[in-house]
Amino acid sequence: MKIFSLIIAVAVGCVLLYATGDFPSWGDPASPASTHVSPHYLEKALEETSVPNIVTAVLADYRGYDTMFETTVIFAAGAACVILLRLFGIRPKERYYRHLLTGVTIHVIGDRKIPEDSGTFERIDNLWVPHDMIIRSICRFLIPFLQLFALYVIAHGHHSPGGGFQGGVILGASVILMAISMNLRTSLERIREKTVALLAALGILIYSGTGALCILLGGNYLDYSALARILLVSPVEARSLGILAVEIGVGVAVMATMIAIYQNLASSGRLDEGL
Amino acid sequence: MIWQLDLIILTLVILCAIAVISVRDLLGCAILFGAYSFLLCLLWAVMGAVDVAFTEASVGAGVSAVFFVAAVFRTTRRTKD
Amino acid sequence: MQDLIREIVAGYNYWLYIVLMMIGLYAMIAKGNLVKKIAGMNIFQTAIILFYVSIGCKKGATIPILEHAPHGAHHAVRAADYINPLPHVLMLTAIVVSVSTLGVALALVIKVYQSYGTLEESEIREAMREAKTAEE
Repeated sequence: MKIFSLIIAVAVGCVLLYATGDFPSWGDPASPASTHVSPHYLEKALEETSVPNIVTAVLADYRGYDTMFETTVIFAAGAACVILLRLFGIRPKERYYRHLLTGVTIHVIGDRKIPEDSGTFERIDNLWVPHDMIIRSICRFLIPFLQLFALYVIAHGHHSPGGGFQGGVILGASVILMAISMNLRTSLERIREKTVALLAALGILIYSGTGALCILLGGNYLDYSALARILLVSPVEARSLGILAVEIGVGVAVMATMIAIYQNLASSGRLDEGL
Repeated sequence: MIWQLDLIILTLVILCAIAVISVRDLLGCAILFGAYSFLLCLLWAVMGAVDVAFTEASVGAGVSAVFFVAAVFRTTRRTKD
Repeated sequence: MQDLIREIVAGYNYWLYIVLMMIGLYAMIAKGNLVKKIAGMNIFQTAIILFYVSIGCKKGATIPILEHAPHGAHHAVRAADYINPLPHVLMLTAIVVSVSTLGVALALVIKVYQSYGTLEESEIREAMREAKTAEE
């Protein structure tokens, strides 16, 4: 089986290598990829949209449809993960509790009740991962700065590399860091599951809502220059502000999806204990 | 576009990819996958694609490797192959 | 000989990308463990993204972010001075879609492990065959 698949891989590789003989040489400015539409984007982006980062301008303005459906795909992947894994109302077969004053660990089997918010007992994970004080203190200090940096990346996507996706992923990663360094239940207290789901849908609503708003104001779908009527700026500025609104929508949707996928993967659906 | 740097990082990327599929410990595969992502991010930064490099750094090394580790934690760490 | 050297210098990057793609393809077909297959799929995806981004490179050009001259003094932009931004845009979409696919694939792996208790493809196939004969 392995020899057979090695032969297949080498054969496909040889066919592709033969095809590279026709490629334009590497770094050629006159290659077909660089000649039809992209000189127009490069030359006209600043005066039509007043956004110096051309990749953001093309992503959110000239190719806005692609980005909208991509956000929908991200939301669908998050929803698929939740549907596959999530189990409601499953009581864990055994739980461990630790008495805070003496350090004694209690192993509770079955469904006996221990009050969850009791001040003297705290619940620890089944597969016990030691929680180090150094990691916990440093991450508690670091998470607000991560979120501030993520908001900077979203807002500054017009002038520097960045934009909605990168900022959204960093926002999601900050909540994942909280779940890893402290406890999955702590991160669930900060952002509940229902809030995460609503945020994912809200992100897509912001994106398509901006497009629908442009139709209501008389332009085409996702034609941000129609927003100049309510924002009272010139159409070029309105395109820049439309790009910003759309990037915020993308960032919110991506953040919620990353949090939802991680919470379901790490606890395999039960959302009570995990990494 | 410095071609020497490009060639060195590309060789390291190929070695890292071979290591990801050959190592027998699944947790090691997950961490090597994070290293592979980081080397790709460097490669794109050398080529001038700064937005793509930023996205790969945050997504690949930040979130994708963590998903792998979470899945390995929930299943098993050994592999026969 | 000069011709061969010139051809190698013009195209060696593409050959290395194809080697990376074939490593990913081999891992998807030949490895028995499900997590290794998923890692191979991701290597394949990133190799394709690498290939696309390399199409947009231009010799001696700079990154596609324009210098913002203070308050409206735009000097003319020559397209040959900047790297082609269109492959970057398409590949941004591809990277985020690949991480979403990775999330769903790992959710499926966890489900398979909960049902069969193992992640090796041969053992899973054995268990399925035994369940089928036990049913009949």
